[in-house]
Amino acid sequence: MSQEKKMKLTLPLEEYVGSGNLACQGCGANLALRYTLKALGPKTVLCIPACCWAVIDGPFPHSCLSVSIYHCAFETAASTATGIKAGLDMLGDTDMNVVSWAGDGGTLDIGIQALSGAAERNDDIIYVCYDNEAYMNTGIQRSSATPKGAWTTTTPVKFPKVEPKKDIDAIMAAHRIPYQATASIAYPEDLYKKMLKAKSIKGTRFVHILAPCPTGWKSRPEDSVKLARMAVQNRIFPLYEVEHGEKYTLNIKVQNKKPIDDYLKLQGRFRHLKPADIEALQADVDRNWERILKKAQGC
Amino acid sequence: MRKVIMGNHALSYGAMLGRAQVIAAYPITPQTQVVELLSEMCADGTLAAKFIKVESEHSAMAACIGASVAGARTFTATSAQGLALMHEMLHWASGGRHPVVLGNINRAMAPGWSIWSDQNDSLSERDTGWMQFYCSSNQEVLDTTIQAFKIAEALYIPAMVVLDAFSLSHTYEVVDVPDLDKVDAFLPPFKPYARIDHRTPRAFNGLTGPENYMELRYKLQKDMERVPEMVEATGREYEKLFGRYLGAVDAYRCEDAETILVTSGTAGYTAHVAVDEMRKDGTKVGNFRIRMFRPFPFDIVRRVLLPAKKVAVVDRNISYGHHGMFAQEVKSALYGIPGAPAVFGFIAGLGGRDITPASFREVVETAAAHDRPAEEILWIGVKR
Amino acid sequence: MPKKKDAAKIVFESEKDVPIMPMSLGSMLFNKTGSWRNIRPEIRTADCIRCGICWKFCPDMAIAVEDELPVVDYDFCKGCGICAEECPVKCIDMVEERK
Repeated sequence: MSQEKKMKLTLPLEEYVGSGNLACQGCGANLALRYTLKALGPKTVLCIPACCWAVIDGPFPHSCLSVSIYHCAFETAASTATGIKAGLDMLGDTDMNVVSWAGDGGTLDIGIQALSGAAERNDDIIYVCYDNEAYMNTGIQRSSATPKGAWTTTTPVKFPKVEPKKDIDAIMAAHRIPYQATASIAYPEDLYKKMLKAKSIKGTRFVHILAPCPTGWKSRPEDSVKLARMAVQNRIFPLYEVEHGEKYTLNIKVQNKKPIDDYLKLQGRFRHLKPADIEALQADVDRNWERILKKAQGC
Repeated sequence: MRKVIMGNHALSYGAMLGRAQVIAAYPITPQTQVVELLSEMCADGTLAAKFIKVESEHSAMAACIGASVAGARTFTATSAQGLALMHEMLHWASGGRHPVVLGNINRAMAPGWSIWSDQNDSLSERDTGWMQFYCSSNQEVLDTTIQAFKIAEALYIPAMVVLDAFSLSHTYEVVDVPDLDKVDAFLPPFKPYARIDHRTPRAFNGLTGPENYMELRYKLQKDMERVPEMVEATGREYEKLFGRYLGAVDAYRCEDAETILVTSGTAGYTAHVAVDEMRKDGTKVGNFRIRMFRPFPFDIVRRVLLPAKKVAVVDRNISYGHHGMFAQEVKSALYGIPGAPAVFGFIAGLGGRDITPASFREVVETAAAHDRPAEEILWIGVKR
Repeated sequence: MPKKKDAAKIVFESEKDVPIMPMSLGSMLFNKTGSWRNIRPEIRTADCIRCGICWKFCPDMAIAVEDELPVVDYDFCKGCGICAEECPVKCIDMVEERK
């Protein structure tokens, strides 16, 4: 009988994200923060700009988290966090993790100046971008993280996004920060390990987490983890780390890549794509993969 | 210790003596000397503070706010375009109840590109919930900055110390720089209302519905209404320790004046000179220099100005489509009071054009020649 | 984590009760998001292999571990279906919510 068998837990039991929060069913951003806080622990403050998590934690005077949050202005996730870290240091709370917790819009678009400034100064913060690939909190408008061809309210089918997804990871590598990584909610142990590693390093650390959004991707809520896994398995979202902008480590060397069709098929935001569009996207994915592979091999 | 220092450095000394713990600033003419000296003071240990060399003024205020909620005393300085870039974050500092102290060098807003003195930059921010103090001497800048930390932290309202470009920021004057231990006796460490503390985790600034927002803002206004009393008490306490009193206003020869000038900034001291000259000629004129513009000192304004026959406000600013902003506010203070004096609104000195004693003569003569102002705006010195 | 007993929505009667800074004073446990569900997960514990995957992938922390078995907290489960989708032995059924 299985009474003897213990529940296998690959992550610590302690939760810092509470139930009763306002996230949609199947929210990838919830899982992203859940795993992040399991690694960073209670001595953490999150600096959250306008994004889904600005609302998910619940309205004043409530919060679903058991760590501190400072909700900050949209473009200031990095600059406010820098100030928080400086202030805490001056008060002797030098072992607090100061984390910017921002969406893709607040990171790649409006927040990029502050992020670049903090990275250039090597400010001692962990900047996490949970990427659901559009301005989801305001109702699914395109951001520079929206993939080419994806439907959003501002890139309707007749007026599609022709620009590729802005490569924020390459931009951060150019800043030569001590540590950065990509992660996916479908690989929680990998994300957890990366957060532990980030926690142990001083200076600017950047983690880019793919967090599927059923509401904005027009996918089924139960598919959020599956999509986050497929994105890695078909090489759309490679999982890798970079140190000082030079040393690339590819964490999952996908050998038999899956074509992107199955991934795209599960999302209504790609439903309108024609075979030629998908072929072009596949070529982009392959090219990007080769580029990351080359960097990981030290070329 | 008495030193010969420029207005900008008086701000730096104020921040240093006030033991600012985190400074985040971005350079802009004519503020640069403020942050340069503070940078040196941080580097050589005169001031134990973290100096964050931010990449824009918007980030400067964001960083100050972050440091403040972490529990630190914070300071920054800027001017014109920089203050305007901070606008969103000025609202944030007051709404979040962060007692940041900011030194603003009054500089004209572009275009045309100008680096010279004009009050539109700070007055455009009069609605943001910050206290505003307009200084007329370097000594006043230093004393006001130290007192600003105390008042801001007592009421959790941010404070702006304002000085004119070049005529104050770059002018050297003798300043009595107090000893640090005397300032420590006057200004205790910052006691936050609440701060980021892992022992008591909180979410600050969560989504606030209509059922709660109004009470938060009501409380901010109520605390603003306590500022005049605090300014007076702090000014008297400072006088006891350092021998110099600064009130919300500086009323000069107003008691028997028939015409009272209303001024601010360096023009406020030029007006003193003009008043003395005109008094020699027998003109019963006084100068009412407003130091505390926010909150607006309604009671004192009424008390001092009501007995006069005429009030001549000289604004180094303009609210386009309306008129000078000090004039607007003086009028609102005197509105509806029977027997209130006629208020003449003059605009002078925009973009750094000089305001001289002769300008004030013209002002007083114009007011003398009319029972009521001929126009909403009486322009001084415009080439027409 | 806050105790369940602190679950009450905070309503201010007067401005005197409102903190001057907009800051949190309580948790979100008063908000029973279980009411959002159309379908609910039912775990056939006899077939459970105790892999921990359903607990791991619940976005709402609505699966607890009790006596080495996963237990759904129906007060908060939003019915997203991720647990059923990810379960490697398909021992979780998503069934119509009973009213």
